Amino acid sequence: MIWFKKDIFSRGKEKTVRVPQGLWVKCNHCNEIIYRKEVERNSEVCPKCNYHFRISARRRIEITLDEGSFVEHDGNISPVDALGFRDMKRYTERIGAAQQKAGLKDAIVCGEGTIEDRRLLLGVFEFSFMGGSMGSVVGEKIARLFERAMEERVPVVIFASSGGARMQEGILSLVQMAKTSAAIERIRRKAIPYISVLTDPTTGGVTASFATLADVIIAEPRALIGFAGPRVIEETIRQKLPEGFQRAEYLLEHGMIDMIVERKKMRHTLAKLIELLTD
Amino acid sequence: MQHKNIREFERPVEEIEKKIEELRFSREMTPDTAREIRRLEEKRDRLIKDIYSSLTPWQITLVARHPARPYTLDYIGLVFDEFEELHGDRLYRDDPAIVGGLARIEGRKVVVIGHQKGRNTKERFYRNYGMPHPEGYRKAKRLMELAQRFSRPIITFIDTPGAAPDIEAEERGQAVAIAENLLYMAGLGVPVVSAVIGEGGSGGALAIGVANRVLMLEYSIYSVISPEGCAAILWKDGSKAELAAAQLRMGARELEKLGIVDRVVEEPPGGAHRNYELAAKSLKKALLESLEELSALTPDEIREARYRKFRRMGVSTEGD
Ligand SMILES: [Zn+2]
Repeated sequence: MIWFKKDIFSRGKEKTVRVPQGLWVKCNHCNEIIYRKEVERNSEVCPKCNYHFRISARRRIEITLDEGSFVEHDGNISPVDALGFRDMKRYTERIGAAQQKAGLKDAIVCGEGTIEDRRLLLGVFEFSFMGGSMGSVVGEKIARLFERAMEERVPVVIFASSGGARMQEGILSLVQMAKTSAAIERIRRKAIPYISVLTDPTTGGVTASFATLADVIIAEPRALIGFAGPRVIEETIRQKLPEGFQRAEYLLEHGMIDMIVERKKMRHTLAKLIELLTD
Repeated sequence: MQHKNIREFERPVEEIEKKIEELRFSREMTPDTAREIRRLEEKRDRLIKDIYSSLTPWQITLVARHPARPYTLDYIGLVFDEFEELHGDRLYRDDPAIVGGLARIEGRKVVVIGHQKGRNTKERFYRNYGMPHPEGYRKAKRLMELAQRFSRPIITFIDTPGAAPDIEAEERGQAVAIAENLLYMAGLGVPVVSAVIGEGGSGGALAIGVANRVLMLEYSIYSVISPEGCAAILWKDGSKAELAAAQLRMGARELEKLGIVDRVVEEPPGGAHRNYELAAKSLKKALLESLEELSALTPDEIREARYRKFRRMGVSTEGD
């Protein structure tokens, strides 16, 4: 925590514990019971089967950037219930609960920092915040990220993990797809590197906009990546989906992504790519 | 126009129409009968006006999906002086769920693209219910590139439940196909006018909707998710679609207030499906006026205006 120049996670301090109490953790993939410290030391990856645990934005920043280099941007943009949306709960209640739980105002943390001393702008989704859904705040922060990158000619890296557009903001969330894509259209004219890292899971409107418009698209091993969620597809075609469908390896095979990179090697891969894309 | 699939709330109208029909054919036309028919017709028109002036969001959804509602090719036939359909994405196949081509509207040469639904069972299947696969979006992009090369304004008609959610679509990159269109449209130096004519279903609709002017027919819907899908996720009950429809604010007037839609295009009394010609006339007028508004702008101004338009969309607050 001390390495944050600006402590973005001070709200809801008790929530910053990134893993539930207990010394042991069960792997979601191989079901092995593992010593938690061992998983942590291994960049939140199962030492037995290489399963990549879902991690918080904070933890992602910690393991990706040079220590102490992160400075948050636009951390004070908050969601608004513009539609007066209410399902079984009010949207405002859902926002409140998510903010409490994640210690963030919305589902993305943006800012800048360095990787191997190379400066970059970074956006990291927080999946625990309403499924990492993209509403007006996420769209706004991503648009600003690219606009800043244009002004300062700094590369952009975004780690996505999202269920897609945020339903509670209705059409306002849908149009964020256009807004973020339009921002990338502009940066493309300037040859500023943008690298997208798709992590488990990335689906819907996020996959169908900025997340797949990068110069280089990376995925973490076995990450679920798609347009429609597997359940929706199964309901549509009324049959079970084949094993491995919509996983990172499947996407690589079908030509949708450039590479699969293990978490341990992510930092160095990003540094190398940025260096190769920069004059 | 005869239509069999009358929505529940249109049933009273249907009953009067049946009576009128009976009077017309079962008796000889005395002055009394003629008067009675006129009376019933007036009653019917009043009723239609009544019903359609206070449709609920769910009822609007049903009208937007009305099986007799005019589709893209219907409007193309009625709005344009000329239309030469072009096919294929040059990569995989021709997707019948999206149609497009070169067209002329009041002498002005344009490129037109739209989702296409099918009218009967066979055609619905052929058009995949208006749900495009990646090749459909890539065809649309190819046509937009053509428009860019020849400096032709682009008109798009939006009418889809959404992009196809199936194995083939994923396999061929549905997400990327949509994303690439969003990006490409954002950079177009030619004016783009989009009209939501029925269902504007999520990313599959937006993928041809990044426009300088977004028009929307009065009884159309445009939404991030279908009310059924929304209900299934948030209410854990698909039958709560009526509730979801109201919460999502999918109607033209509401979207105009939210700054998403620039102009609501009025439909004939009782909806576009009751009078194709009148609906097309109304749409044509709006399209021409929109094109005219944009005609004086340079490519850079067009691009910049479109960027500003979408950049502003969204509601959030900043500060501690
Ligand atoms: Zn494991």
